[in-house]
Amino acid sequence: MDLRFTEDELAFRDEVRSFFRQALPASIRDNIVAGRHTSKEELVTWTRILHDKGWAVPHWPVEHGGTGWSPVKQYIYLEEMSQAPAPAPLAFGVNMVGPVIYTFGNEAQKSRFLPRIATLEDWWCQGFSEPGSGSDLASLKTRAVRDGDHYVVNGQKTWTTLAQHADWIFCLVRTDPDARKQAGISFLLIDMKTPGITVRPIQTIDGGKEVNEVFFDDVRVPVENLVGEENKGWNYAKFLLGNERVNIARVGVSKERIRRIKELAALQRVGGERMIDQPEFREKVAAVEVRLKALEMTQLRVLAGEAKREKGTQDPASSILKIKGSEIQQATTELLMDVVGPYAMPYQSEEAIDGRNEPDIGPDWASTIAPAYFNTRKVSIYGGSNEIQKNIIAKAILGL
Amino acid sequence: MDFDLSEEQTMLKDSVERLLKDQYGFEARSKHGTGEAGYSDKMWNQYAELGLLALPFAEEDGGIGGGATETMIVMEAFGGALILEPFFASIILAGGVLRHAGNADQKAALIPAMAEGSLKMAFACAEPQGRYDLYDVETTATKDGDGWVINGKKALVLHGDSADKLIVSARTAGNARDEDGISLFIIDADAEGVTRNGYPTQDGLRAAEITLQSVKVGPDALIGSEGEAWPVISRVADEAIAALCAEAVGCFEKMHELTLEYLKTRSQFGTTIGSFQALQHRAVDMFVELEQSRSMTMYASMLATGDDAVERARAVSAAKAQIGESAKVIGREAVQLHGGVGMTMEYAIGHYFKRTTMLDILFGDANHHLKRLAQLDGLIREDS
Repeated sequence: MDLRFTEDELAFRDEVRSFFRQALPASIRDNIVAGRHTSKEELVTWTRILHDKGWAVPHWPVEHGGTGWSPVKQYIYLEEMSQAPAPAPLAFGVNMVGPVIYTFGNEAQKSRFLPRIATLEDWWCQGFSEPGSGSDLASLKTRAVRDGDHYVVNGQKTWTTLAQHADWIFCLVRTDPDARKQAGISFLLIDMKTPGITVRPIQTIDGGKEVNEVFFDDVRVPVENLVGEENKGWNYAKFLLGNERVNIARVGVSKERIRRIKELAALQRVGGERMIDQPEFREKVAAVEVRLKALEMTQLRVLAGEAKREKGTQDPASSILKIKGSEIQQATTELLMDVVGPYAMPYQSEEAIDGRNEPDIGPDWASTIAPAYFNTRKVSIYGGSNEIQKNIIAKAILGL
Repeated sequence: MDFDLSEEQTMLKDSVERLLKDQYGFEARSKHGTGEAGYSDKMWNQYAELGLLALPFAEEDGGIGGGATETMIVMEAFGGALILEPFFASIILAGGVLRHAGNADQKAALIPAMAEGSLKMAFACAEPQGRYDLYDVETTATKDGDGWVINGKKALVLHGDSADKLIVSARTAGNARDEDGISLFIIDADAEGVTRNGYPTQDGLRAAEITLQSVKVGPDALIGSEGEAWPVISRVADEAIAALCAEAVGCFEKMHELTLEYLKTRSQFGTTIGSFQALQHRAVDMFVELEQSRSMTMYASMLATGDDAVERARAVSAAKAQIGESAKVIGREAVQLHGGVGMTMEYAIGHYFKRTTMLDILFGDANHHLKRLAQLDGLIREDS
């Protein structure tokens, strides 16, 4: 047992770190440090930079543009990226639909879609959840009825993140209403420009508009956009959700945020002394650091085991990454609220700040903190709520 | 990065676990604890035969040359069986002092006897007023000819009542809470002036309060350099903490297993109670804590033997803080999910709860280590 990175892995980390330092545009970095949203243009710019380097989709098979890195190197890469800090590539493309297409899609789909995912020429969004189907995803009702060479899609998706930018949406649709609920679902790729699609933004409690409702009204989708076999879509969805765990713990993001907390706490004064010098505050931060280190080691255990595991099986420890990772992300936003104190109160949207010349109300780093705190409640809800995760662990691992 | 055990390590794990499975079930444990010393000499000899008592010592000193991973394997197995014997007190603690600071004569005189099981030692490093601060030493050693005279009180000396020899920390210079000026001495446990008040601890093990009144020792009793024992003590304590973390993981694993068995067999309202979601989620909380603790124990074991004292301290404090928190979660959930029987001496689960509660306290509880970690600027810094 030796938990240190090898010489080779350390050299790789240095290479990645120095590339990010040199290649990441300062404006994109500064926006992330300030807790602001990355724009579509910024993400496209960054994805193209990674693509030119050959690093846009490192975890994909080499024939589709992957790098062939070991799981540990992929982890190091993502860690360094989140601590640069650089924006993560668009997950809906590179982590979700991309692997479904190269695993279950036909040759035509692979050559048509995969290159454009890697360059972010196509912006993808995810059409899984529906108003009546949240945790019980398989109860979804959006219908697709075969009509000649097309499916005709009717229904509604919700919580569709960044659908306002999307060129394509991958959807779970019901193709056999008479089958058992998991058995009648298919996986369809739908062009967002198709007539009959309406996108309506949903404003979240932080004031942001990152999620949407997407309505389908007699939307005609060519049958060639069906992935794999009709009525087998649930299997592909399970595969997709299983892949999400690659970086679900967000260790790098939380590390970066703890550095930020310490940096800001050095600027704040409480009772005449720097907040960072107060023992109670330091202990609160240290408590989160301990949990985060445990999570990081658990993540590395999972990764080290991955190479040796039978395909399709999962390390029991991997199931805890989502639960602990989301709890820790939330804990870091609570600490940020502690740090900012009363100047968490003024509501100043990013648009309002961009559109005026006067300085911010309060410190110029304060306005994004309460919104981030509100927004981060989502992480224990999406991707299978933490309670659903516990149900899964109870059944699959504990045998209850 | 490699989390696998080597072939030899796997064999070690298998052989310890087999021995304990055969001879250290819950009922056997109760019998092992009935003797005067509070543990089984027969088991102690079997540990010796298996080479466990020689494990951490260097080969040239009569040991086997095992490292942190080997210690982790053995301590985890011992935790799972709730062993009563003084492996931690004698081999890890006192043995650790000898490994790091003993001179050639001291090693030759003591280590082979410890390894074969004929000599047990204890490490008297804490004092009543010191709480968890091992540099808080009021016991004094004053020069007397070419030897010393030692006076003072030592607290919670683990298995100090049955040890043949004691290693004692005493101040040869400086003020009560200085790190400088502390020295270590080997004394016979029945030397004139040594009074040992032995007692059982909450978890069924033993400890002693020890009074030292004008205890005379010769020049060969000094371990390491006069006045410079603090780096040795803190190093031994850091390694000991990693070992305690491993013992706790062994306990946690068993507590989780026992609780799951109970959930799957106990029937109420016409069904097994494990079918209730409220209880399932609590069992999952235990599982999560177990895995997080296991991860932190690996981390601590890896760094506890390093030479950078600050990095070592950060790692073991982080691990001990995690273990202490997990001990609370796993302990309370295990008893709660067992219901009334979890409150009884007849069931194993309560004994594990008691041991893990003591493991939190030993060498500093979660609060203590969180403070220490915070004072050392935490794990995530600009330079990390």
